[in-house]
Amino acid sequence: MAACRQWVEYLPPPDGVLEKCQRISRQALMNFGLPTHELEAWRLTDLNRLKEILNLPISAKDNELKIKTNESFVKAPNNIVQIIIDPLKNPLESTNLPTGFKVLSSKELQEKLDQSKLYDSINENWTIALNHASTEQILALKIEGKELPPLELVIPSQAGFFSPTRVILLLEKNTKLDLLQVVSGSENSAQSHLIDIEVGQDAELQHNFIALGGGQASLLAQIAVNQMNGSNYSFAALQHGWALSRLEPRINQLNGKAKTKLKGLQISNGKQQLATHSSVQFNGPEGQLEQLQKTAASESSHCIFNGEINVPQIAQKTNAAQLSRNLLLSNRARIDTKPELEIVADDVRCTHGATISNLQEEELFYLQSRGIKAETATSLLLKAYCQEILNNFHVDASRWFDINNLLARIK
Amino acid sequence: MIRPDSNLILEISNLHASVEDQPILRGVNLKVRAGEIHAVMGRNGSGKSTLSKVIAGHPAYTVTSGSVSFQGKDLLAMEPEERARTGVFLGFQYPVEIPGVSNLEFLRVATNIRRQQTGEEELDTFEFEDLVQTRLQMVQMNPNFLERSVNEGFSGGEKKRNEILQMALLEPIIAILDETDSGLDIDALRVVASGVNQLSKPSTATLLITHYQRLLNEIIPDYVHVMSSGKILRTGGKELAIELEQSGYDWIEQTVTSKEGH
Repeated sequence: MAACRQWVEYLPPPDGVLEKCQRISRQALMNFGLPTHELEAWRLTDLNRLKEILNLPISAKDNELKIKTNESFVKAPNNIVQIIIDPLKNPLESTNLPTGFKVLSSKELQEKLDQSKLYDSINENWTIALNHASTEQILALKIEGKELPPLELVIPSQAGFFSPTRVILLLEKNTKLDLLQVVSGSENSAQSHLIDIEVGQDAELQHNFIALGGGQASLLAQIAVNQMNGSNYSFAALQHGWALSRLEPRINQLNGKAKTKLKGLQISNGKQQLATHSSVQFNGPEGQLEQLQKTAASESSHCIFNGEINVPQIAQKTNAAQLSRNLLLSNRARIDTKPELEIVADDVRCTHGATISNLQEEELFYLQSRGIKAETATSLLLKAYCQEILNNFHVDASRWFDINNLLARIK
Repeated sequence: MIRPDSNLILEISNLHASVEDQPILRGVNLKVRAGEIHAVMGRNGSGKSTLSKVIAGHPAYTVTSGSVSFQGKDLLAMEPEERARTGVFLGFQYPVEIPGVSNLEFLRVATNIRRQQTGEEELDTFEFEDLVQTRLQMVQMNPNFLERSVNEGFSGGEKKRNEILQMALLEPIIAILDETDSGLDIDALRVVASGVNQLSKPSTATLLITHYQRLLNEIIPDYVHVMSSGKILRTGGKELAIELEQSGYDWIEQTVTSKEGH
């Protein structure tokens, strides 16, 4: 508790449109203290690393932002709306938004914050409280249209600093959008990112999330999505390179008849700990979910997946499938995977499964028997394993990572 | 084609091998010369498939004694991929499905590795597609199978055709075909056999592993070896396969046992 109190006391006084959020969140954090292993949601998290995050100063204006990829990749093609989210600046200072994208006014934003169950969730979720306690800027957009250019949100890091970032996207009825988020960590940076998305009635959102860390970088990210009926939300995420990363996709199908696809890939090496804690809540009938989570854990790394699905009485005729497939590439690596289905409705179809194995010896030998070196064969098989998730990424997302280079680090 | 003066390609001497400490091969001796086609027959569990996997270098098998020489080189000292590069090809009894790895790309990579070894120029994507089209005709394989993942969703017959296609592209010095006839109907068997016959050259050799004589009607062997309990019990010509078909494996095992008794 002392670590949280000290951290909160260091923050500047609550201010601006987010003043109320900051105030409530700081109080919540002081009440919570640091999560402990007794809490199911944090049972496997490396709490020492979590504590180290709170020892970092909040990102400062004069520090250079770092995007840990080839500079040439950063430039977006002309057809993409790219916004770089600096935790202290108005992210739209140097961006002209095209037709269909509109910034929420302070009044609209305040109304949105007050309408939502935000203040309740702050008191229930440590990740949210941490973000709201420290966020000073918020990017809030209302998006409408069917022929919109793809939106790319780039969230760079500051080495040695804690950077909180916050985004709200409201997709109006019948809107169709491709969204790519890139979170880039470096050295001993720490990032807290929170994005709230509303997918309106019959709207469609293809959401790619690339989280590439480096060194001792840490990331705590939550993607909170509310789906209206008839909406279609597809999420594909790649996590690699973080000393500690925790991705929390939380999907709420508000009134049923919506479709959700969640595809996740965690590739870990060294002593990395990568986690996905997903939650899908069906609050109406005839909702659909297709979820596939894959991990490849090598050396002394640790991958965690916790997949919560809630089907209450009202959610009759829900059709949900969750599969967790895991590759344990070293006997020092660790994988924890846990499906968590709570089904009250009786007329539903919910399947789940989990597998953990190493690469298949017969597949390796087959490739070797055709002259392919063991190392190359391993890379080929790993790439094939990852491809099932990577196929869900928009073609523009591939600018941000080279899967061959990434897999070359896996031993 | 038997030519006593042709080069010795493969020489197996007193080969013993085991899997999980269970001895399977118990002293195999075999010499294969250029231009020859050998058939290895035997009942289930006699060690035929183990012999093929040991030659190809499968990591699950441990050679406990003996030697295998390939063109004068110690084959057992080489990694599986080195064996393939130098010209040893194993046609699998059960070709493995590899989801996510494109068949076309896999064939191109494997072909270029072999070409590097033989001093030929590597083929780019377009050049390789020209080559693969000609080889496809040899095994009458539908080009659509190139677009799929390696062996994924292939029927038993298509998997075997894909094996012979690989053989046609890699142009090995010795091809060991492990029960290539299993799971094939008579038409598919003829197509596969025709492919193998077209690929046989005076400078290469073939080792056919089979249960049944029917394959040997299509690919005429120079030698037939009968294996039992991890050894070659008897060697003869094509007529030995016909005798086996008529009299069964008991006959040959009894013949050998009674000879040993005298």
